[in-house]
Amino acid sequence: MLEIKNLHARIAEDGTEIIRGLNLTVNKGEVAAIMGPNGSGKSTLSYILAGREDYEVTEGDILYNGESILEMDPAERAAAGIFLAFQYPMEIPGVATMEFLKVAMNAQRKARGEEPLKVPEFLKLVKEAAASLNMDIAMLKRPLNVGFSGGEKKRAEILQMKLLEPKLCVLDETDSGLDIDALKIVSDGVNALRSPDRAIVVITHYQRLLQHIVPDSVHVLYKGQVIKSGDKSLALDLEANGYAGVIGEAA
Amino acid sequence: MNAHVPQQLTQAETSLIDAFGERQSLLPGDGEVMVRRDNAVEALKAGLPTKRIESWHYTNLRTLLPAVPGFDPSAAAKAVTPVIEDSTVVSVLNGASTAKFPTLEGVSFARLSDKLTDGSFAPALDLYGADDAIGALNTAFVADGVFVDIADGVELKKPIELQNVQAGGQSHVRLPVRVGKGAKAVIVERQTGEGTALTSSISQLTLDEGAEATWLIVQEQPETASHLAQFKAWIGKDAKLTLFFLNAGGKLVRQEVVVATKGEGADFKLRGVNLLAGDTHTDVTMVLDHAVPHTTSTEVIRNVVTGKARGVFQGRINVHQYAQKTDAKMACNTLLLSDDGEFSTKPELEIFADDVQCGHGATVTEIDHGHLFYLMARGIDEKTARGLLVKAFVAEVIEELEDEQIVETLEGKLDEWFATHG
Repeated sequence: MLEIKNLHARIAEDGTEIIRGLNLTVNKGEVAAIMGPNGSGKSTLSYILAGREDYEVTEGDILYNGESILEMDPAERAAAGIFLAFQYPMEIPGVATMEFLKVAMNAQRKARGEEPLKVPEFLKLVKEAAASLNMDIAMLKRPLNVGFSGGEKKRAEILQMKLLEPKLCVLDETDSGLDIDALKIVSDGVNALRSPDRAIVVITHYQRLLQHIVPDSVHVLYKGQVIKSGDKSLALDLEANGYAGVIGEAA
Repeated sequence: MNAHVPQQLTQAETSLIDAFGERQSLLPGDGEVMVRRDNAVEALKAGLPTKRIESWHYTNLRTLLPAVPGFDPSAAAKAVTPVIEDSTVVSVLNGASTAKFPTLEGVSFARLSDKLTDGSFAPALDLYGADDAIGALNTAFVADGVFVDIADGVELKKPIELQNVQAGGQSHVRLPVRVGKGAKAVIVERQTGEGTALTSSISQLTLDEGAEATWLIVQEQPETASHLAQFKAWIGKDAKLTLFFLNAGGKLVRQEVVVATKGEGADFKLRGVNLLAGDTHTDVTMVLDHAVPHTTSTEVIRNVVTGKARGVFQGRINVHQYAQKTDAKMACNTLLLSDDGEFSTKPELEIFADDVQCGHGATVTEIDHGHLFYLMARGIDEKTARGLLVKAFVAEVIEELEDEQIVETLEGKLDEWFATHG
């Protein structure tokens, strides 16, 4: 489903190279974890997948279902089924969360040639999704993410993911800022989305999240490259011995 | 006005002076009214204000208004549907008030022409300062308008909408309103029309002790009209005024807001939105006098500028020497959507008291790229995402008005504007 081939990318503004020849394949139905020390390029990779303009791809390609997405803008990628759960979701004053959800869902439906949702249908979907994440519906009447706690923001991201039903989910440090109860709720939300025709990429610094969202594959990112891949035992190994060993091996 | 006599009058100045000569005998009022008209025309003869006059620095009226259309008695202005459903509508069409007014308990309406004829309105024609060009122009030519008196203790259930509709040509109108002791009212001032027009319109609001009013100015003149307006208010003891303006049209617009707190406990809120597009010029100039102790005010202005539009906000707050414990805050935020648009902000605080809290802030920003990315990453196309963010920027000010019906109405107006200019 996702094939990243010899990807090189830099910060558009100052030309700093962050991704340096990254290769990664994630298949349908697979949950892939990307781990790595701070500054290894994990968040940058997530932004590049979503199409943020601040980064420039200089070499290589990203194929989604066999086709390059490099020329697509973020909205087109989202409509094609790519979803990024942000590490730091944006607070957008003046845009009511409900209104935003409705516009986003209908925009994607329109891109797929479907009719817009009727209001009662939309409300029903939102209420169900919110209840499954233990979210108060009153919160959704507030402006998008404004005044939400760290945990509420992460839940709101997963809520959006549930409602938009993407095919490729990229979760950037979704565990950061979550207490153990919230972590459980968010993980259950993600696990509920596991399906044979959906791929999930979990980016995380710690093994903690992977106890709840058990990955099929684990990839270690260091200096903009995947330096080691393995199964879930690799995450446990990293937890026990740190990144130093793996980094030493690769070097 | 301008102390410096220009060498040569502009076409606009000549037409105005000539028009006064022709119309003088038709204008209602003599004696005290006529004395004021004569003085006003003398001021016009000195020329329209230029940027050398400080309060007109960003709006050089002499160059921005080079010519004016004549008076056109045949201009067929029609009343419009009120912005808020069920409002009591009173219209001034092509400068003339309706002869028949609606019946509303506790409210009396009168034609301003009657108050000019009997001379009782003469003192209210006085200019508010040496540079009061709009006051002078209006005083010279004002022929009609609507006088509204809301009796003490009356709480209006429905808004009153005062419409000033001009379909080409010239008109000069006054809309004086008194809200009696402890009375409550929502008043919509609607400024609209079509064709090449020049309008001057002066609203004068008196809030007696404990009165509460929300006044909404909805200005949607065509891009062929010049609109010179004043809103003057006197806020009594413990009275509260919320003034909201929406400027969403006009080729040349100057909206002056002149407010004085006259009794302790008076509170003034100004919220305004300027939606500026095309090749237009819009100036909002406020002069607020905190004249007595223990009065409060906040002013928040949001501007969206696109095309080659130019906008101005001048906000002057005078805190008089004995007006201790004044609390005043002013903010003006602009969202620039085009390279050719511009917005100038000039806050001025003149504080003669020593125990006050006053602050101001101004920002000019573009659309936040992080916000745009976030919305697009959810599948919202760029145009729609930008629209959402622009609307959010101004909607914040509108939502502060709290009244659901008013908020919905004004957001509807935003949508209308974005549909044509977004």
